[in-house]
Amino acid sequence: MTAYVVRRILVAVPTLAILIVLCFLLMQVAPGGPFTSERPLPPQVLANIEARYGLDQPLWKQMWDYLVGIVTRFDFGPSFAYRDRDVNDIIAQGFPVTLTYGLISFVVATLAGMGIGVAAAIRHNSWLDYIAVGATFSAQALPNFVMAPILVIVFTWQLGWLPGGGWNGGQWQYLVMPVIALSTSYVASITRITRSSMLETLNSSFIRTARAKGLPEHTVIWRHAMKPAMLPVVSYLGPTFVAMITGSVVIDVYFSTGGIGRAYVDSALNRDYAVMLGITILYGGLTVLFNLLVDLAYAWLDPKIRY
Amino acid sequence: MESKPKILAVMLLGMTVTAGSAFAAGTHPVTGDALAEHQVFTYRVLDEHSSVDPQIVEDVSGSEIVRDLFEGLMNQDAQGSLVPGVATGYTVSNDQLTYAFTLRDNAKWSNGDPVVAGDFVYAWRRAVSPELASPYSWFMELMSIENAARIIAGDAPVDELGVSAPDDRTLVVSLSQPLPYFPQMVTHATTFPVNRAVVEAHGADWTNPENIVSNGAYVLTEHIPNERSVRERNPMYWDAENVILQKTVALVINDENTSLTRWLAGELDRTEVPAGQFPRLQEEYPGEAISFPRLCNYYYTFNLSESGPEAFKDVRVRKALALAVDRKIITENILAGGQIEAFTFTPAATADFEVPDVEIASMSQAERDAMAKALLAEAGYGPHNPLKFEMIYNTSEAHKRIAVAMSQMWKQKLGVETTLANMEWKTFLEVRANQDFELARGAWCGDYNEASTFLDLLTSPSGYNDGKYSSAMVDDLMTLAKTADDTQAIYTKVEQVIADEMPVIPIYHYAGVYMLDSDVGGWPINNIEQNWYSKDLYKIAE
Repeated sequence: MTAYVVRRILVAVPTLAILIVLCFLLMQVAPGGPFTSERPLPPQVLANIEARYGLDQPLWKQMWDYLVGIVTRFDFGPSFAYRDRDVNDIIAQGFPVTLTYGLISFVVATLAGMGIGVAAAIRHNSWLDYIAVGATFSAQALPNFVMAPILVIVFTWQLGWLPGGGWNGGQWQYLVMPVIALSTSYVASITRITRSSMLETLNSSFIRTARAKGLPEHTVIWRHAMKPAMLPVVSYLGPTFVAMITGSVVIDVYFSTGGIGRAYVDSALNRDYAVMLGITILYGGLTVLFNLLVDLAYAWLDPKIRY
Repeated sequence: MESKPKILAVMLLGMTVTAGSAFAAGTHPVTGDALAEHQVFTYRVLDEHSSVDPQIVEDVSGSEIVRDLFEGLMNQDAQGSLVPGVATGYTVSNDQLTYAFTLRDNAKWSNGDPVVAGDFVYAWRRAVSPELASPYSWFMELMSIENAARIIAGDAPVDELGVSAPDDRTLVVSLSQPLPYFPQMVTHATTFPVNRAVVEAHGADWTNPENIVSNGAYVLTEHIPNERSVRERNPMYWDAENVILQKTVALVINDENTSLTRWLAGELDRTEVPAGQFPRLQEEYPGEAISFPRLCNYYYTFNLSESGPEAFKDVRVRKALALAVDRKIITENILAGGQIEAFTFTPAATADFEVPDVEIASMSQAERDAMAKALLAEAGYGPHNPLKFEMIYNTSEAHKRIAVAMSQMWKQKLGVETTLANMEWKTFLEVRANQDFELARGAWCGDYNEASTFLDLLTSPSGYNDGKYSSAMVDDLMTLAKTADDTQAIYTKVEQVIADEMPVIPIYHYAGVYMLDSDVGGWPINNIEQNWYSKDLYKIAE
């Protein structure tokens, strides 16, 4: 087990290195640069700016300096678009925001999705099941960029209950709408997966055996059916968790939360190379980490899987 | 140096008279409006600002903040006219090459230090220094300050810049050529002073709220990137007793419609109106939905360079396309926010500019369409040989709707087949700058309130002339205008040449379209550059 974890971590290093190199090269291929603007800078001014950021160096040198900066000083470079902030500042400011609303949304989505899914499976073909299935289809058809402005219209303008946006250090009033908007479609997905997986498990022979032994229904479900039914849910939750805590540009745009999702998209539009690379590395690292955690969770859920 | 005192003792007198304890009584000293208890102004900005460092800031929303935090030599009033800032006035030499500004003796930094001429010298040198590499260093070059270009190019040390401080109260500026609108340019953020000790002590972090020291009517008290920026009244400001608004809050709200909803909910005092919604809002909120002309134009430019299509080299084709665009449909049905149909390049609202009588403007649309058909047929295009080209614009709903409307007009009236291509902003700029297009969208907002800020774009040496239009006549006239006393006649002539040769298709001139709460007083609607200062605003009691 320990050897497996160590091996996976060692594999992550070249994975991230390839990610950095690819991302670095792809950015250079994109047309325009960080200082392309409607009012083209006079060549001398542009030369001064490029010299300041070392963009006049050959590409291999830029990449090498970048990697050395990360390894020796944990310095992910400057932002070209925002002079008084560097990549570390931008991540330090945006990531905690995203992490907060992402984590809460994840917990809400998981609890609600699994709860509804299990309930619908147990009461298969009842009114509860029909409502759950109907609601999840509607929720999935309602994208969050449609839902977000509707929430603002209802809760801010019409009812006047909640502030229409902002973060304010993460006070609960500012969290409600982002969490609803972000978690709804995930609730729907998790419900669907949980329900079908649970139905399948409940129809398997070991459950029939358990019931034949005369075990009470709640023991059948919680002791025997729950763990195997969770396998597909857990494999969905790993990447979902990363997606949720790394933010959603839609949430940041509609609720002005100041999270990292918006910063990421901006960095691509601004050709803010270092910011884009920095956030990509963060996302990449988190993805590798959570894939590992999911694999470890499998071993706990399914006795057949051993490393 | 002959002395020509220009500045407005009257203004100063007016200010002194109105000063005093009028606010305690709760009324505005000039308008007599009852003042609200909470003097807080909250407005929406589209995006996070680039910086609040005067020498680095390059965007509109950043400049709005900088104008509150720092004060330059001159300010603008509600009409956009010059009024004293840190300088009480200036004199200009006979040869128009030397300006001497007299600085007021009561101007202070927010830490209590006096604002001296040396602060300006430091800031201006900073603006051109290759070491800082300011994206706006070209502005100092545009101001024609002696040696600015050489310093930026690294060919001269920064202390050779044509600006000096013979004493703490006098700032002397030497120009390399006379520039009639030079005084207007010192209201621009790039020319604002900075406190050397603070800049040098904190490096790039000097603009953080905990470090920043500024000399304007407000100080920065909070900045959460991508969320909000707050500035509050600066008690050290020389005219602090006349500043009514206590606090200004800028909220970053990317989505225009969400922002409008939040304005409706009362969270904002000002927001932009999304395209097409103005008539409805004006009906529902009369007096609060406002529209006024802006100093910006919107046009399509033909690629007239080697790489451009052969068809566009024929002036008849260019004219036919320009004639067939029904601008009324675009301004009244698509944008519907008080935008103005454009037949000339420079907006009519530009100072000292009178729109010349060009033929196309005086025709009816039916006449224009008939002429367009005739011209295009004459050029050899018709049903069997239709004109085909691609038009590009940057991704945006409003640009798309205008481009679709234009291509439909051309198709229906002239049988022209256009392909539309939208591009992400930076890609679009790159394609346009490399003349990798046939017909491209363009827009320009004036850097200062004078027609040359627009017309210079169409001169051959201009770095922004993406269509590569080149006319010796336009070039000569614009060179002449730099030193002429009467520029109006020259600009009229240039517009005539442009209307005859049609290197661009002017579509409309911008309007500022806002929802502005009725309790906001002092908004400078007549300042066409929309250079507003929080110190001139106030909240009226409801």
